[in-house]
Amino acid sequence: MYNQTDIIKDTTNLGPEGELVVNMGPQHPATHGVLHLVVTLNGETIKKIEPHLGYIHRSIEKMCESLTYRQFIYVTSRMDYLSSHINNTACALLVEKGMQIEVPERAKFVRTILNELTRIASHELWIGAMAMDLGAFTPFFYAFREREMITDIMEDTCGARLTMNYIVPGGLMYDIHPEFQTKVKAFIKQFKEKVTEYEDLVTGNIIFQSRTKGVGVLSAEDAISYGCSGPVARASGVSCDIRKIAPYDAYDRVEFDEIIETEGDSFSRYLVRVKEMNQSIRIIEQLIDNIPEGEFVGKTKNVLKLNKGEFYQRVETARGELGVYIVSEGATTPHRIKFRSPGFSNLSVLDHIAKGSKIGDLMATMGTLDLVIPDIDR
Amino acid sequence: MLSLESITKTTQDWLLAKFNPTIALAMECAIVILLAITLFAILGLVLVLLERKVAARIQIRLGPNRVGPGGIFQTAADTLKLIMKEGLTPDTADKFLFNLAPFVVMMVAMLLLAPIAFAKNFQIWDINIGVLYISSISSLSVIGILMAGWASNNKYSLLGAMRSGAQIVSYELSAGFAVLTIVVLTGSLQISEIVAAQQNGWWLFKGHIPVVIAFVLYIIAVTAETNRAPFDLAEAESELTAGFHTEYSGMKFALFFLAEYINIFIVCAIGATLFLGGWMPLHIGHWEGFNHIMDYIPSSVWFMGKTFFLIFIIMWFRWTFPRLRVDQLLNLEWKYLLPISLFNLLLVTVIAIMGWYF
Amino acid sequence: MFLKDYITDVFNGVSSLLKGMRKTGYYFTHGKEIITEQYPDNRATLKLADRFKGEVVMPHDENNEHTCTGCTACELACPNGTIKIITKFDITPEGKKKKAIDAFIYRLEMCTLCNLCITACPSDAIKMSANFEHSVFDRSKLTKVLNKPGSKIKEGIE
Repeated sequence: MYNQTDIIKDTTNLGPEGELVVNMGPQHPATHGVLHLVVTLNGETIKKIEPHLGYIHRSIEKMCESLTYRQFIYVTSRMDYLSSHINNTACALLVEKGMQIEVPERAKFVRTILNELTRIASHELWIGAMAMDLGAFTPFFYAFREREMITDIMEDTCGARLTMNYIVPGGLMYDIHPEFQTKVKAFIKQFKEKVTEYEDLVTGNIIFQSRTKGVGVLSAEDAISYGCSGPVARASGVSCDIRKIAPYDAYDRVEFDEIIETEGDSFSRYLVRVKEMNQSIRIIEQLIDNIPEGEFVGKTKNVLKLNKGEFYQRVETARGELGVYIVSEGATTPHRIKFRSPGFSNLSVLDHIAKGSKIGDLMATMGTLDLVIPDIDR
Repeated sequence: MLSLESITKTTQDWLLAKFNPTIALAMECAIVILLAITLFAILGLVLVLLERKVAARIQIRLGPNRVGPGGIFQTAADTLKLIMKEGLTPDTADKFLFNLAPFVVMMVAMLLLAPIAFAKNFQIWDINIGVLYISSISSLSVIGILMAGWASNNKYSLLGAMRSGAQIVSYELSAGFAVLTIVVLTGSLQISEIVAAQQNGWWLFKGHIPVVIAFVLYIIAVTAETNRAPFDLAEAESELTAGFHTEYSGMKFALFFLAEYINIFIVCAIGATLFLGGWMPLHIGHWEGFNHIMDYIPSSVWFMGKTFFLIFIIMWFRWTFPRLRVDQLLNLEWKYLLPISLFNLLLVTVIAIMGWYF
Repeated sequence: MFLKDYITDVFNGVSSLLKGMRKTGYYFTHGKEIITEQYPDNRATLKLADRFKGEVVMPHDENNEHTCTGCTACELACPNGTIKIITKFDITPEGKKKKAIDAFIYRLEMCTLCNLCITACPSDAIKMSANFEHSVFDRSKLTKVLNKPGSKIKEGIE
């Protein structure tokens, strides 16, 4: 085990062969949160990366065990705060599965639209943050302009901008805002206009391409053996989109492509996410005019009690596969709960793919892994 | 007409009439030092504010707008804050070098102000090897940066300083070659003569494509030499937090910050002098009326206008491009810029020998 | 061949950079695209979403009456113990004892604005207000009593 004194010792002494041990984080501009990387350097070249976790551990899993099935959903917004809707959906789906609650069609459609909006918002933020990691500050603001439209839509309908807690077991907490559809359409229009800006500023830029192409290459075999999921695995040619494999909500009723790139480098991870945003737009376009009328929440008992047994539900968040596993003893609270978060497996691959590259490459690799530290630590 | 030239002349005449020549010279020196420091401070404040405003406009936001009308006193307030901050020296740092480094960097920047012609006949020191002086002094700033990085006893600082060393040493070459093209064309190293040679047209216009290429190379090279994005590896904030000045705070940090902006001003001023005719007004062929109107604008305005135009371009770079990686940075210099500038210098030499320029 | 590749490399690289500069240059020259809101200055015109979850409030009508029966459904629904209801017994004009709230204590510093209490309330006694300017100098000021002094329950609410 690595304890605090070891860390201090490492930083004050040079390693055996003139190695330089640098503690990147927990407060470092590129780690986007409180990730602590102990990086062993030889000059500019990385020899070893050791991620240290635990700086933002809030024991969400243990907390959830003392909360009822209605209450524990809001906590999951705080895990991967950029895809909080999707986390909430995962938990709601699991409770619905465990209690055989019938979800109205309207709720399913709205959930799917909101999930895709969340995915776009998350990818927008990631594009900005990643460009910032590579030293380009401006795309961040352009990406946030579009993201702002999504958060406005969320604010209108859900009443909050980041941790919405709008999805409840059985459907939605309340009906969508009357202007929801027009606002979403306005967003789609603006997004389609402005997405070319990222092409000009980021995708086509020669500096960006040379910074990301061939950097942090992850092979398909390694992606599978490390348990990577989401855009990280899809960029290596692994088909792993839960929306395709095990459709939930209204995903079985829409047409969209699973984006797969085969290079496995930082640039293809970038491309996967950019193309995924366009696919999300495609999904929303198919659903937004066809939201069925009717109830927004199904009939549920006042007190939710899961049947005795074990339940598992997985969804595709913006970062990959989120699994929720609950052991129920038939009480009002879960007996044991476990989240399989995508960020943790995606982080574990960092040492493998960034070894031997330069410090600058570490930022490109880490940026394209799209790490959200509260999701890794929980 | 009241011009900077006449003011200096009157002042000198008055001093020589009142005092004996030695004291007059000493007083002139004192005035020059005072003016240089004032210029240094004002330029720093203006350029920082300008950068923040340019960045804000590019990033679709407003920028500083609270202190004073339109935020014009923002940088003054920031400086006040930095002066009042504690200048912390780390325990394990080499204290002498740590405290010396910001002053070295600043001194280099101030020395470079000497041969710049701010207006017609308004120059601190019209040294006959002006261009050589500039090239040699500007390479000294790396010493200050290395000193800061080493003395901080911080790994980020050390890495940043080492990067900066490699970067400045290599990019000096292309900057030097770009400057040489103009020296070849003019046949002189003296700033005033280079400006005078552009009486009938700026080198950028009358030197054909090779000079345009040299101009572009110069802009790229000096962007790297002043550690500006996309070449800001020495302080790459997402990689090395703040690079060589990670451990600096308060006024010592402010000196680094000011020196960076003064360096930008100086390299842009030199670029304007060499390629855009310095304080020479824009003249187009035989349009006498147009030329006359252009002559009416004071020479200092011409000089400042050109310099700030170049500064704006460098700022525009910073807020558009991502940062290069350290090996790509050196690749760019040794594989692209240096061969191109060598070849370009050859072309210019042929042009100069054959007299093909206007 | 090598030279041709070299030149196309340089040309493509420079043109991609110029493309980016054209985009940023466009925004530099088009001040209308600025999207910043000047928050404290635009407070008068600031429009928040009507569903915005800022804090829990208890609406009172002109007779200083609310609809809270003190059933503690919200207290039970709250995941983090934000709400504490202290009840008392009022004497109705008929001389009967009736349960009513003494104090509806709401701790804003603990509230995550999850809206579960509002959905749990059977008599719509509490709702979310859009006020988001919560900063105070003393932490104890964040603990609020939502029912106004002297208020009582509206007639006919059970």
